[in-house]
Amino acid sequence: MRRMHRRHVFVAALAAALCVPASGVSSAAGPTMITKAGKNEGALNLIAWEGYTYKQWVTPFTKATGCKVRSKFGASSDEMVTLMRTGQYDAVSASGDASLRLILGKDVRAIDPKVIPDFKNFIPALKAPSHNTVKGVHYGISLQWGPNTLMYNTKKVKPKPTTWGVLYSSKYKGKITVPDNPIQIADAALYLAKTKPALGIKDPYELNDAQFKASVDLLKKQRPLVKKYWASAGDEIDLFKSGGAVVGASWPYQTNTLKTAKAPVSDLIPKEGATGWADTWMISSKAKHPNCAVSWIKWVSTPKVQAQQAIYFGETPANTKACAIMDKLSKGSCAQYHGNASAKYFNSIKFWKTPQKDCGNGQSNCMDYTKWQQAWTDIKS
Amino acid sequence: MLGPPLAWMLIFYLAALAVLFVSAFWSIDAFTGKLTHAWTLTNFDTILHSSTYHQIAFRTIWMAVAVTLTDALIAFPFAYYMARVAPPRMRTILFVLVLLPLWSSYLARIYAWRLILNQDGALNWSLAKVGLPEQSWAFTNTAMWIVFSYIWLPFMILPVYAALERIPDSFIEASRDLGGRNWTTFRRVIVPLALPGLAAGSIFTFSLTLGDYITPTLVGNVDFIGNVIYRNVLGLTNNLPFAAAYATVPLIVMAVYLTLAKRLGAFEAL
Repeated sequence: MRRMHRRHVFVAALAAALCVPASGVSSAAGPTMITKAGKNEGALNLIAWEGYTYKQWVTPFTKATGCKVRSKFGASSDEMVTLMRTGQYDAVSASGDASLRLILGKDVRAIDPKVIPDFKNFIPALKAPSHNTVKGVHYGISLQWGPNTLMYNTKKVKPKPTTWGVLYSSKYKGKITVPDNPIQIADAALYLAKTKPALGIKDPYELNDAQFKASVDLLKKQRPLVKKYWASAGDEIDLFKSGGAVVGASWPYQTNTLKTAKAPVSDLIPKEGATGWADTWMISSKAKHPNCAVSWIKWVSTPKVQAQQAIYFGETPANTKACAIMDKLSKGSCAQYHGNASAKYFNSIKFWKTPQKDCGNGQSNCMDYTKWQQAWTDIKS
Repeated sequence: MLGPPLAWMLIFYLAALAVLFVSAFWSIDAFTGKLTHAWTLTNFDTILHSSTYHQIAFRTIWMAVAVTLTDALIAFPFAYYMARVAPPRMRTILFVLVLLPLWSSYLARIYAWRLILNQDGALNWSLAKVGLPEQSWAFTNTAMWIVFSYIWLPFMILPVYAALERIPDSFIEASRDLGGRNWTTFRRVIVPLALPGLAAGSIFTFSLTLGDYITPTLVGNVDFIGNVIYRNVLGLTNNLPFAAAYATVPLIVMAVYLTLAKRLGAFEAL
């Protein structure tokens, strides 16, 4: 296997060498798979979700490796894909609705998971998930995962909400906030899957014409109830602090930050279930600091950093060894963030993925992501 | 002598606009988001026939008109007082007050307004103190209208002031000598002579509102033309061709507006 691999690398390199003077266009094979890490380059440019590059684990990383980290927060998966295509960044913490687009766009490099020592301790579901592994080739290393939650003000919202329906009812009109993101259509579809079974929605990312229309109509009805479509996590935190919103769709990060600031908020997964994310660190095919990027992925895969990030952001680590450290850092946090959760819980979350024409059941009458984006502009207008 | 600046203008300004216009006729691949260099009218077709994009364009233009009228109404008496009534010392102080906000960051001023208009912000706090009902203007079109009118006001005051200051006293004396009362003098001498200044100021307030996308993001909750362009460039699928096509809308609107402003003598007043 290993030998064959080398030959592949050789052939690809030869092809690339022949190609460059002829046309100046990179070869179809693209950059080679990363199979080992060399000397660190001293710098690293990252695109990350807000809260993923906290100084608590970035500072010791720089100290240990000499890689100076510069990170830019991506506000949405769409923005992350666009930023990665500029070629100015080395790696990205891509969610499932961005990772496949990056792979098909040849924007990211394949990596041999053997390079990452902690990979063997990852939960089985995140070793080769379909959002970052294509035909057995890994294009990144899984990081963390978690659900999108329903956050509410415990003083203003009574009784405690149990359903996503609270975001579609006029009870809290003008006090609702939801993300400004086309992938929100999946949240509406998930709600409809449970409340209107006649539509037959099985996967909230694979919607046919009628299912899609029903979801979009629901969101159009929600439009006048919404105080503000939040663009960044900070936006939603401000809204809850100032009293502009009392209930909204959120990430655990906002709840954690607001709780630290002593705001009366709580969050939960409503009875209809939740959409969620499973993030992957991916290395750009144009990375100028690939070795630092590999070092970074090694670093964030270690149980300690996995635990720190899980507690800071409020998500579940991919590394099973992180659980014990989480409990040491903050008692009961492993159970709180489902660090020891079963495969059943993992499967109950509908992870973000890029909607495609191909419905996955042999039919190709589903709405693709361009349709989702157009619909989102329509909903907001 | 004219050569280098002209070349600069052609290469960096007009050429950029030309590239923008040409790319409006391209499209992108739906899944990978890569640019496809095939000629198509799809982008313009979408803009012309989708009610969503009509609504966004009209909303933006309507807001630009509202902000321009508001600023004209506030700026005129203010500039009149500065130019023709205030003693020199007072005039200097007022000048500084008009220009002072421009020394601070535009973003800082918008965020300041966010704090003022918030549910538990300074405005509601003050209203409660004097026993008035609280407002909930945060993230509405009203909030955008207030903030736009505030941030672009200096750009209206200055040209109107310049136009009013230029009116010779002898004109007003002549009007009085010919029997014109105060109101008649104001209506038939001062306003017509200040009109080019108002038109010049309106170019700023109108075009700045038309092109802004930060204020709608921070204090509003709806899209402007600029937000659609922004999201198509950085955000949605990196659909540069569509962004380019939509960017021609404000270009056309501004071309029409500048033609009208030129008729009113705005360029002589600048």
